Amino acid sequence: MKREWMKIVDHKEIARDTYRLVLQGDIVSDVTDPGQFVHVQVSQDYYLRRPVSISDINPEERTMTLLYKVMGQGTDALTRKAVGEKIDVLGPGGQGFPVESVGTKHALLVGGGIGVPPLHYLAKRLRDRGVKVTSILGFQSKADVFLIEEFKELGNVHVTTNDGSTGHHGLVTDLFFEIDEPFDTYFTCGPTVMLKAVSEHLSHIPGYISMEERMGCGIGACFACVVPAHDEKGYRRICCDGPVFEASEVMLT
Amino acid sequence: MKVTLPGLDLKNPIMPASGCFGFGKEFAQFYDLSELGAVIMKAATQEQRFGNGTPRVAEASSGMLNAIGLQNPGVDNIIEREIPFLQTKDIPIIANVAGSTIEEYVKVAIKISRHVHALELNISCPNVKEGGVQFGTDPELAARVTRQVVEASAVPVYVKLSPNVTDIVAIAKAVEGAGASGLSMINTLTGMRINLQTRKPIIANQIGGLSGAAIKPVAIRMIHQVYTAVNIPIIGMGGVETADDVIEFMLAGASAVAIGSANFKNPLICKEIIDQLPHTLERYGFSTITEVIGGAHHETVTAGLLRP
Repeated sequence: MKREWMKIVDHKEIARDTYRLVLQGDIVSDVTDPGQFVHVQVSQDYYLRRPVSISDINPEERTMTLLYKVMGQGTDALTRKAVGEKIDVLGPGGQGFPVESVGTKHALLVGGGIGVPPLHYLAKRLRDRGVKVTSILGFQSKADVFLIEEFKELGNVHVTTNDGSTGHHGLVTDLFFEIDEPFDTYFTCGPTVMLKAVSEHLSHIPGYISMEERMGCGIGACFACVVPAHDEKGYRRICCDGPVFEASEVMLT
Repeated sequence: MKVTLPGLDLKNPIMPASGCFGFGKEFAQFYDLSELGAVIMKAATQEQRFGNGTPRVAEASSGMLNAIGLQNPGVDNIIEREIPFLQTKDIPIIANVAGSTIEEYVKVAIKISRHVHALELNISCPNVKEGGVQFGTDPELAARVTRQVVEASAVPVYVKLSPNVTDIVAIAKAVEGAGASGLSMINTLTGMRINLQTRKPIIANQIGGLSGAAIKPVAIRMIHQVYTAVNIPIIGMGGVETADDVIEFMLAGASAVAIGSANFKNPLICKEIIDQLPHTLERYGFSTITEVIGGAHHETVTAGLLRP
């Protein structure tokens, strides 16, 4: 993990309050797994960096794509960063989704809102290994939907919205039984309530969940982002033991 | 740059503050920890503690709130698994000792003091339900726990003071009278932030400790007051982010300075400040670091412009 001033090469709003930020720098070459994140310092005025998952990388151009949602003052300030400016980034952080070590033939990817982005790079990596990918992507409303075309290039896509303004009106879990071919492994990222629902519905197959939490240092030293675990140790640090865990490893509350 | 304090030979006066640096391993990937003046470890309690619910941190203007809740693997695991790594670095180790009862403080102090150079007695953590800060807000209780820990400890004891008191001088004098070798100040100020959407406090513990630049003037004021009232050294902390801040804390009366939440902004901050400090000393007309200590109290030159 290193600290680097990365160059902003693209920065656009792609859905309601959702931005695509493309950064260029050496950190890109350290990214090993989909699901890893970078810890972004919006400016010197903020004490807490903002953890943002990596949505895609382009090693040749040394760029990484981050998608983030405006959640408050810090992310709002981030929207005003212009192409050409440099930004203080710490990363890549965390343990991502296993790709090589998982013997999946048909993977189900379940994303909720701003939990969708890391699944994009995962889908690419799985497809590169010849794995069939089916995605269920849930959003609040039509205005919040993003990355659908990109996922369609990688496999079947089902969209759900809370208000029914596009796709299925309801929850991601409603669609599990509508997927025609059986899937053997699931990968999910989104709000904890969704992760819990997904892992309960699919408890009969192996699954990997990616968690989000307010972080402090982002490197494992401060114990701000912990989640209870089932073993004797009793906890995991989301920033460095995660953010991806085997579904059976942690206790979702 | 050398400063000598009870139990601590510091090659420079900079150290990471307790709770912001874990046990050092994570920061060792960014720089050689041997460059530090010392290291203050995350708090140790008798048994393993899991801490509070999440969220445990929140942004605040010029600072942040935290309520970790003293999560740590317990004193035995710290001695066995964490201290050996720090012992490979050429730096004094300070163990932060916490507890819910005086007995627990004493038990932890007896065990851990054999493996470190000094203790920082934590009677000021605002984020645990029992123990911690109740000892730090009452001069008599503060003196009682200090006296027993000093007696039990194999190394000098620095007492970490809470700023959440009306009269910090009274607490400082009480722990000095009880045998403390030094003070460390200040811990965080209690605070709260509320999420407008959920209408609930952001932090699961509701109340958290405010740190960062927002509390620096409070820390400077308290160190300035306490410096004149006691004869033991002070390790200053509370919003230190720059080499200039270090000079300001030392002018107020600190003999060394700890850096806390700034480590989250920039994991290299301690090293960067250490590198800048010689130049900063020179810029403000000091030839050694020890000249700076308490400088604000005995300054006689009427205007900086007239300083030779």
